[in-house]
Amino acid sequence: MAEYRRDFIAFGLLALLYLVIFTTFGTAYTTRMVVEATCYALIALGLTIQWGYAGLFNVGIMGLVAIGGFATMLISYDTNPAFWESDGPAMLAGVFFRLLASIVILVGVFNLHRTGLSKRLRTIIQLIVLAACYLWVTGALDETATYIEREAGFIGGLNMPVLVGWAAGAVVAGAIAYVIGRICLGLRSDYLAIATLGIAEIIKHFLKNADWLTRGTLTVSPIEWPVPTPNEIGFVAARASYLSLTAILVVITYLLLERALNAPWGRMIKAIRENEIAASAMGKDVERRRLEIFVFGALLMGLGGAALVTFARIFDPSGFLPLNHTFLIWVMVILGGSGNNRGAIFGALFVYLIWTLSEPAALYLFGLAESLGTALFNWQAPDDLDSRALQMRVFVIGLTITLVLRFAPDGVLPERLGQDDK
Amino acid sequence: MDELIFFINKVLINGTVIGSIYALGAVGVTLIFGILRFAHFAHGDLMTVGAMFALIVTALAASAGFTAPVPMGFIVMPVAMAATAVLAIGLDHVFYKPLRDKGTRPVVMVMASIGVTLMLQGVVRLFAGTQSRSFYIGEQKDIFRIAVPIGDARRTITITEPQILLIVFTAIVVVALHYFLTRTRRGKAMRAVSDNPDLARVSGIDTQMVVRTTWIIGGGLAAAAGTLLSLDVVLKPDLSFNLLLPIFAAAIVGGIGQPFGAIAGGFIVGFAETVSIFNWALLLRPFRDIWPEAIEFPTRIAFVPTEYKLAVPFFILIAVLIWRPTGIFKGRQF
Repeated sequence: MAEYRRDFIAFGLLALLYLVIFTTFGTAYTTRMVVEATCYALIALGLTIQWGYAGLFNVGIMGLVAIGGFATMLISYDTNPAFWESDGPAMLAGVFFRLLASIVILVGVFNLHRTGLSKRLRTIIQLIVLAACYLWVTGALDETATYIEREAGFIGGLNMPVLVGWAAGAVVAGAIAYVIGRICLGLRSDYLAIATLGIAEIIKHFLKNADWLTRGTLTVSPIEWPVPTPNEIGFVAARASYLSLTAILVVITYLLLERALNAPWGRMIKAIRENEIAASAMGKDVERRRLEIFVFGALLMGLGGAALVTFARIFDPSGFLPLNHTFLIWVMVILGGSGNNRGAIFGALFVYLIWTLSEPAALYLFGLAESLGTALFNWQAPDDLDSRALQMRVFVIGLTITLVLRFAPDGVLPERLGQDDK
Repeated sequence: MDELIFFINKVLINGTVIGSIYALGAVGVTLIFGILRFAHFAHGDLMTVGAMFALIVTALAASAGFTAPVPMGFIVMPVAMAATAVLAIGLDHVFYKPLRDKGTRPVVMVMASIGVTLMLQGVVRLFAGTQSRSFYIGEQKDIFRIAVPIGDARRTITITEPQILLIVFTAIVVVALHYFLTRTRRGKAMRAVSDNPDLARVSGIDTQMVVRTTWIIGGGLAAAAGTLLSLDVVLKPDLSFNLLLPIFAAAIVGGIGQPFGAIAGGFIVGFAETVSIFNWALLLRPFRDIWPEAIEFPTRIAFVPTEYKLAVPFFILIAVLIWRPTGIFKGRQF
């Protein structure tokens, strides 16, 4: 038992903290916060296996979260009859056909070396065909997008169960991670960071600008819940049942991860992290294992994002921010203790609490500073003091990251190494 | 003729301008990557902070009543460069050096630099708010319109004063950097550390000095790029994040640890952006009369819609990582 004392103390204090919030802010507020914190816990578990177990540096969490939310929206939102009655589906099928045809042509062109053409000529042909296919497909897509936006607004959803949407969110996020992983995992870790940062921004840009698909800045709401909604059974009961769903997901994920990590597979992953060269000398396929881990982590991020968006009931592509959906999760993982699943869950619950409270706290502190400054020095505060106060939280997140890395790189609940690992 | 001039304005001039900005940033990133061995994510924010410093000094100078034939922001730029260089060295001492001394993995350094990014962003927004600011306090931005005396051209080649200053400054930097790296002791020491740090240390090169110089060059050029970009457009506190990806792409395209590769990479990325968002159908317009009836006359042939500009550097980056991870100038492969 002694080895779990630290966990007990940490989670005990955390429970106490939540109890204080519960008594001061009321049930509805607290359940909302806990639900969101559990969604973040899912995402943080995804990051802790990527970073803590395999040392993969992913700063594109926001993109995976957003794509998870988007997939849920697309699957579970009501169908849009205006779209299905128009020529839209046929035109989309046309675009899809062009895409398939282009892929076939491109596969052919990239196999030209079998014909014995010179390399320079091959490259030129490949580039020209690539550009032509690209223009051909995007041209059709542009036309279709304009048509759908004019006739139907956007394509609407598929009106399927929400949980199917969550699964789809996880799968799509995993698929994107697979592509990025295939390209970047063989290279230096910094490249993965740069590439994930880029893909996250591109996904956000795409979701924001593809009005035909997501309604862009007009946002889509309300998204169905997998449990009864507040309109049916009231705020507290609805949120509590949502919470039970997310909490069960977190627990199941946690148990499965613990099981996997204590299995030969998990030991292999740790061996690769500790000494890549030795592991590959032992015949382990380092790149493949890394790709697995990266995709698994992304699945969890997509799932967490889906749960988060569903809970908010609104899909707003501009609402995804690198700060809230990437760096906050990083703070959760490194503060909680990277490489420790309980650490990630603790970090998520704790950091999210602090993050939520920091908003009113920052406003209060800046208000206080303003009144003091006015009283003592006749200081004229700027008009946008409130927005600046919220920006202060950016600074605090950055400071936390640097301080934890320097002074407590193991976090609150450090990774537990087995007897043989020491 | 008008179409051609439009092309020159939109593609050549804009590409050179944005390419110069990327090049100035990428030189710093590639030097830091080569010598300290980590991707410095806070570089974009060094640019913002540098531009902030320049803006403060400009405002002071303007309130003191100084006037000059060129924009005040350009005159005070050396001050901002020096201040940013000092800031960069300070950041290194407080945040990166302790980690380096502990021998942490480079990836942890990247994480720390992200922490620094967020801190710089927070500080800038705390003191400057989130709105855009103009450098032109009581002065006008000069815009030169050069008429082209060929044919019936009505459009003019348009270039602004800060754009000219930027291009000239970049050219000077390239020459100065070349002389510094190949002719001076300190520059040669930097190249030695970049090529083989252990060998450099045992041959008696002062690595501390090399690290300091790296930050001075990186910080100074970042401040210059930020100031010149803000002079041309406006100073936006969130400018940095959008610059980060193209700058990294430029550094990787040029080959990590290759300053001249980074400059070339900067221009490649800059031109790729303007070329891919340009509407090529415009250039076909003069041929409308002889266009075959059978084919519909294209009104729009652009590779990327303007709102997806950010995707261009990303795809260049991916293409380089797939086909030539060392970059076109054979940088170091990690």
